[in-house]
Amino acid sequence: MKELMSGNEALARGFYEAGCHFATAYPGTPSTEILENMSKYKEITSEWAPNEKVAMEAAIGASIAGGRAVAAMKMVGVNVGSDPLFTYAYMGVNGGFVFVSADDPGMHSSQNEQDNRNYAPFARIAMLEPSDSQECYEMAKASFDLSEKYNVTVMIRTTTRVNHSKSLVEYGERVEAPFKDYDRKLGQSRFDAVPALSRKLRVDLENRLDVLKAYSEESPYNFVEWNDKKIGFVTSGVSYTYLKEVFGDTVSYCKIGFTYPLPIEQIRKFAEQVDTLYVVEELDPYIENQLKIAGIKCIGKEKIPAIGELNPNIIANVFLGTEQETIEVDPKDLIPRPPTLCAGCPHRGFFYDLGKRKNVMIASDIGCYGLSGAAPLYAKDTCICMGGSAGTGHGAQTIFNKKGNGMRVVAVMGDSTFFATGMNGVEGALYNKGNLVTAVLDNRTTAMTGHQENPGTGYTNSGEVTESIQIEDVVRAMGCKNVRTFNPHHLTETKEAIGWALSLEGPSVIIARYPCALKKYSKEDIEVFGRLTRKYAVDEDKCIGCKKCTKTGCPAIFFQTDKKKSWINPAQCVGCSVCSQVCPVSAIHELEVR
Amino acid sequence: MTTTNILLVGVGGQGTVLASNILVKGLVEAGYDVKMSEVHGMAQRGGSVSTQVRFGNKVLSPIIGAGEADIIVSFEKMEALRYLPQLKIGGKVIVNNEALPSAPVQAGLMNYPTNTLEVLKSKADVRVLEASKIAVELGNEKVANIVLFGALAKLMNLDGIDWKDVISRTVKEKFIELNLRAFDKGQEMIQ
Repeated sequence: MKELMSGNEALARGFYEAGCHFATAYPGTPSTEILENMSKYKEITSEWAPNEKVAMEAAIGASIAGGRAVAAMKMVGVNVGSDPLFTYAYMGVNGGFVFVSADDPGMHSSQNEQDNRNYAPFARIAMLEPSDSQECYEMAKASFDLSEKYNVTVMIRTTTRVNHSKSLVEYGERVEAPFKDYDRKLGQSRFDAVPALSRKLRVDLENRLDVLKAYSEESPYNFVEWNDKKIGFVTSGVSYTYLKEVFGDTVSYCKIGFTYPLPIEQIRKFAEQVDTLYVVEELDPYIENQLKIAGIKCIGKEKIPAIGELNPNIIANVFLGTEQETIEVDPKDLIPRPPTLCAGCPHRGFFYDLGKRKNVMIASDIGCYGLSGAAPLYAKDTCICMGGSAGTGHGAQTIFNKKGNGMRVVAVMGDSTFFATGMNGVEGALYNKGNLVTAVLDNRTTAMTGHQENPGTGYTNSGEVTESIQIEDVVRAMGCKNVRTFNPHHLTETKEAIGWALSLEGPSVIIARYPCALKKYSKEDIEVFGRLTRKYAVDEDKCIGCKKCTKTGCPAIFFQTDKKKSWINPAQCVGCSVCSQVCPVSAIHELEVR
Repeated sequence: MTTTNILLVGVGGQGTVLASNILVKGLVEAGYDVKMSEVHGMAQRGGSVSTQVRFGNKVLSPIIGAGEADIIVSFEKMEALRYLPQLKIGGKVIVNNEALPSAPVQAGLMNYPTNTLEVLKSKADVRVLEASKIAVELGNEKVANIVLFGALAKLMNLDGIDWKDVISRTVKEKFIELNLRAFDKGQEMIQ
């Protein structure tokens, strides 16, 4: 069977066919669709974990108990999941254990750029690096066998272009994998990381690498394509397709798909037969440095940028000196089109008020609410990492308190972010007697990555009803006395809640609760909030052209510069009513329902 | 044959994804090797979106480099200009005569330029289509994407692909008739 698949669909298909039993992930671009596609296969238990550390741990537990398990996460998610990873790497596996690191060179949707190939030698685990969807499928399918045969954690490292590009995949059928046995003796002898055992496992870990080095030399994922021998390229991942695009069959290639441990002897032989050896890889000189340590002469980052994404144009320019002729566009003829909070976004009312507050630092987080920093809301100071707002907010508040300048910190996070790692920051602020204001913008979903369920939504990944963990209950249990919930579409209520929190000397948690306007409302959402089905319109006779409504940043509101009147696009308006509340002359009214 | 590069651009929510899906479905069924690349993340939030489709006997890189698109189909005129540096010298542009203001324009901070089509035409072979107006006349503004796709299919001029059959098998049954009429309208616009 042959089908056009994204890298993420192909990975899911490969894991499925290899008899995967358990899959878990925390959503994050460009990895999210891996688990979403795994969910289509009913033989596999597919779950959203609250964060990447829990995903990694749950998959490890499934592996110890004898199942084949995979965890998927984005580039920076591996940082969160790395604690259990480094220890499990010592132990080998029982059922096959694989995780996917979906890296994002060029930072299309990430807060930093890192080359997670470095995790493989750091943790001493096997690494596969596919360059297209067919390889995603094949490597995913082979990964559990590799993991079990060599008793090793396997990392599959992809990049945005591999995850999100579609190409043809020839695929097959699922073969069930038998569960491995487990008993307590096995657990105690291999999976209990006390120092006495870990010291022994530490030696095993190095010995395992020797076996893997031998495998790498023979691996079908490492191969040479001989053409003219004047130039030889060592390459991996999507860079291979870029090189082939530029050079076709005019140069020789040593294509590495099993990238840790590297097939050093294979590369050495290749190097000996070509006049000049180049290493072409995105981001860090990961392969290059290892070749140089092994005494293999090569040229790499002297020529190829170590920052951002590569593409065929860069490669052609570097090696052939060709500059692609392009049509020039004068930037003054363009208007920017930044992403914005959607029409009816429940975050709007909250930021409309918060952005106007004086002597406040807004410590924000990873999610849609990050879009609040731009014009016209300007309601964000900082963002460090997923779940980092309350931790950084508490630290900052401590210093402001020492300075005695009256500055207050408001930490802002979403519901999924709260359940991920945000709640730990709140816990720290409460425990250490801080006076942080935490605002949880609970839009009943994980919105930015495309509406995944989370521990607060009341539904599992498979759509089953489950316990909906209440943020109010959690923070009260942590000892927070000052908790208030409000409807962010209601500006007076919002203003009161924020003002109340800032007036308190102690810590507080305020919860803005309203479902995301783009979300498919659950039964409970409709019961509690109703549906956003109203429309608002501007009465042009009343409008004084003050532009106050445009200060909400709603994409449905247009200021007609010719008439000096606002206009609301009825196709976009969902009836949140925030603009009608800010209008000083009551020119914005609800349209009659037809 | 060499690889052909088609770039579809627009604003999140305009239906670029459906048009690209019909395109690649037809190409794959006709036996071409196809690669398609999208950048996700901000698509639903009013940002600029693009889908890259490459096809031929054997396609290598999944992305279209600067100056390498044979045809750009733009669902909005400012986006056509934004992506123009991707066009091959001598390439063709199909553009919907539709202006969607972005956040700074809506807030009255900037004006949407009035000369975008003129600038486009001065720089490349541009076919301007009233796809959104035609779609409204057909009874549903959403089929502007299929009007544009009809024009694209005509410009690509590939033998052996029954695009109407592909459309009929892709869209919901009750919308087949509407989409086929939209496709015809798009084809008629290209001489």
